[in-house]
Amino acid sequence: MSAAEYREHPSQPVPPGRILRYGFRERLTHWLAGFSYLYLLLTGLAFWSPWLFWLAIALGGGQVSRMLHPWIGLLFIIAVVQMFFLWASQMGITDNDRAWFRSVGHYIRNEDEAMPPVGRYNAGQKLLFWGFFFCGILLFLSGLVLWFPEYIPWSLRWFRYIAVIVHASTALLTIGLFMIHVYMGVFAERGALDSVIYGDVTEDFAKRFHPAWYKELIGSAPRRK
Amino acid sequence: MSQETLRIQKISAHAGSIPGEGTQREFQVCKLIDTTTCIGCKACEVACMEWNDLPFGETVFDNTYQTMPETRWNYWNLILFNEHERDDGTLMWLMRKNQCMHCADPGCLDACPSDGAIVQYTNGIVDFQQEHCIGCGYCITGCPFNIPKFNPETKRVYKCTLCADRVGEGLEPACIKSCPTGCLHFGSKDDMKFLAETRAKQLRDHYNFSNAGVYDPPGVGGTGVIYVLHDASEPENYGGLPKNPRVPLTVKLWKGPLKWLGNVAMVGGLIGLFVHYLRFGPKSREEEFEKKHEGEQP
Repeated sequence: MSAAEYREHPSQPVPPGRILRYGFRERLTHWLAGFSYLYLLLTGLAFWSPWLFWLAIALGGGQVSRMLHPWIGLLFIIAVVQMFFLWASQMGITDNDRAWFRSVGHYIRNEDEAMPPVGRYNAGQKLLFWGFFFCGILLFLSGLVLWFPEYIPWSLRWFRYIAVIVHASTALLTIGLFMIHVYMGVFAERGALDSVIYGDVTEDFAKRFHPAWYKELIGSAPRRK
Repeated sequence: MSQETLRIQKISAHAGSIPGEGTQREFQVCKLIDTTTCIGCKACEVACMEWNDLPFGETVFDNTYQTMPETRWNYWNLILFNEHERDDGTLMWLMRKNQCMHCADPGCLDACPSDGAIVQYTNGIVDFQQEHCIGCGYCITGCPFNIPKFNPETKRVYKCTLCADRVGEGLEPACIKSCPTGCLHFGSKDDMKFLAETRAKQLRDHYNFSNAGVYDPPGVGGTGVIYVLHDASEPENYGGLPKNPRVPLTVKLWKGPLKWLGNVAMVGGLIGLFVHYLRFGPKSREEEFEKKHEGEQP
């Protein structure tokens, strides 16, 4: 959505003092990705370690988990591609983002006033987006090979050899991103989880975490109150 | 049956100890295949299907003496044929009975993610337990010999059992029993190694096969099936028998260092985030605090 749409958002009224941050399509896509990823994570971890194989049993048994994992993977990659079309244009890394990364120590210590002004997404969120996008593509391609290993002829067995290591390593990278994402969204930035469920945030939230975005929205339009 | 579980020394994807590891003393069993006396009659192929009650599958005629291109989920024993031209222009018909090699370090078992789907008995036989198989096909990737085969109907993987059911009762595998030329032998690994080396020496000393030797690849810890070859320096001539088979490097990396690295990183990450929360807390607290005290005069 463009800045104008966030200001007007005729389809979704928000209470006074609040700002629309995520439209319906954005929220739907996020949760399609979120729930499919959660299933992939749990079944994937079951296949990753004998200590966690009970996860596959709890989710319907090893055979069921093996059968559904690739199909849910298709849902996940659909969501990732959808996200690309929704957000890629807003995820370009700018000089401001590079400055953000240089002072990431302040961000970690919750000294947000020392951070460069952030637009709709901070550099960490952009990193998360591109990390999930590229890992998602790699997981999809290697996952296709692992879906049908019996159809890979012996002469092309290198595909299988590469796929097992690529699938596991990229999955691990996404797990790191996922842990930070859930931590930030649920625990660290209060209001963030609500924003991706209901769509809107308080003006305080916008001012504090995305001042440049807030300025862009409010500075160019009369405040509705 | 306790007697059965005591015979297990390796279990795929198993968290915990292995019931039979070091508890029973047993011979390593071994099948010896002397390719120099195999006539390619395929009695072993038929015996394998009969004993294991495998359904008959279509054969594929390709103008050679080979039944089909490669083993199938329901065809575990296949004689591979190759017409090999020697340097002096003469021809050799190389016949190699191909089946699971029953590696001491089985790549299929390393790669398997399902608890108990692949076991190795204390006598060295590597056996698939289809009731625990989830059909992921990682064993297909782990095997350096292209042996495990997927059945699309049951979505599980099958291969030669070395007739573990017969061997457990003191019988030889069905293929051994059927061989008319005596090119197949079965016994303890030590005995079979001795027999094989003796035969290879005979071939070198008396039959002008100066490169004759025994195939017992060390890259997979040795195998429970060994070959006598006319020319052990070129095993590839025998239907693509790999010269130095190993469990694929990426499988080793994935199940070894990457697993450790990943587990440490995941657990460390969780601990790190928890400690961060305790130390710094959520980002919004100051705002809430300010808001709460907004109306108050200092």
